[in-house]
Amino acid sequence: MPHDHSDDHPHALLPPEPALRVKAIETLLVEKGLVDPGAIDAIVDAYANKIGPQNGAKVVAKAWTDPAYRKWLLDDATAAIADLGFSGLQGEHMVAVENTDQLHNIVVCTLCSCYPWPTLGVPPVWYKSSEYRARVVRDPRGVLAEFDVALADDVEVRVWDSTAEIRYLVVPQRPADTDDMDADALAKLVTRDSMIGTGFALLPGDA
Amino acid sequence: MDGVHDLGGVEGFGRLPIEDSEPAFHDDWEAKVMAMRLLMAAWRKWNIDAGRHSVETLPPADYLTLTYYEKWLASLVFLSERAGLITRDEIANGAPAPGSVKSSPPIDGPGFLALMAKGRPSERAPTAAAKFALGDQVRTARHMHAGHTRLPRYLRGCVGEIVLLHGTHVLPDVSSRLTGDEGAEPLYGVRFSAREVWGNDADPKLSITADLWESYLAAA
Repeated sequence: MPHDHSDDHPHALLPPEPALRVKAIETLLVEKGLVDPGAIDAIVDAYANKIGPQNGAKVVAKAWTDPAYRKWLLDDATAAIADLGFSGLQGEHMVAVENTDQLHNIVVCTLCSCYPWPTLGVPPVWYKSSEYRARVVRDPRGVLAEFDVALADDVEVRVWDSTAEIRYLVVPQRPADTDDMDADALAKLVTRDSMIGTGFALLPGDA
Repeated sequence: MDGVHDLGGVEGFGRLPIEDSEPAFHDDWEAKVMAMRLLMAAWRKWNIDAGRHSVETLPPADYLTLTYYEKWLASLVFLSERAGLITRDEIANGAPAPGSVKSSPPIDGPGFLALMAKGRPSERAPTAAAKFALGDQVRTARHMHAGHTRLPRYLRGCVGEIVLLHGTHVLPDVSSRLTGDEGAEPLYGVRFSAREVWGNDADPKLSITADLWESYLAAA
């Protein structure tokens, strides 16, 4: 790429305070006819209010309660997740990985912050942080301890580094004593972190 | 490129910034940056790979200290200026240059939501048979080029096993150059033991799986 000398990066031309920078660039882009303000509002509304881990939770709860769906999800997550209506940008190619008593999966993107937007929404700050990206491929158990998650020594840990356009969704283990719960109730136990692999699903009393 | 963005395994970082009940956005401006970057990308003057590379080429100190959405803003300004959609004078003045032509109608909300629902798949029709099969042992390249690549530094020169066949996907190393060529080739999930990557003291129950393109790999 032709811009390795980045000492005169054009963002230095903007005001130093982020909110003012953004206002300045928004005004320019709108006045140039490059951005429709209504489209900004539509995207903000979608990611702030509509698209989030509640989507992925429905996928997991269905997999917990419907063996045929679980198999479909593990065989062809893209199609199985699209069937529930959660597809599109940054979820074009999905793979679901299932936790068991003997196996724990954790997802990261060490090179940037790739994350399955249609199922989990926009990523939390810690997922995008240098700390997580640097440490989780080397010391996942140390990282998990910061989430108060401890795995037995004999549990295999698989870290998935999202280096391409494949997005990973962890299917956490279904908590004990939930046999009488339906998919809607179970979905409330499925946290964002449990679908990244930095948490477990909640116990019924904790939801 | 051997950039500061390539963080896997870098030591010295401390505790994670975990926040309870974190909102999707911490401030309105963050959400606007995300929206504007998506909307400007809809002009198709760049692609996701060139977009990622623009963040990677921020000065290293900026990369480590700017927040995520500050980096996206810097990237948005850089990409828009390089594509000729805005000029340096316009950025500095915060207003269109006198007499500049207004762009054709930008994509509207419903238009973008439709695009968002469709996504931008990176899979392409295969042009050649995949060289590797499930269970094959492969060694990753030792040296990469100075441009954008998705072979992380910590996985270079390592032997792993093919565990997933993803089909043929756009190669970021080529597509990020914006020549119109996508360089699509077979993409594989490759699993490495932590001992292969980090040495014999590493956790024997730990592995790392990354999605790597065929040209990053050789039979081992």
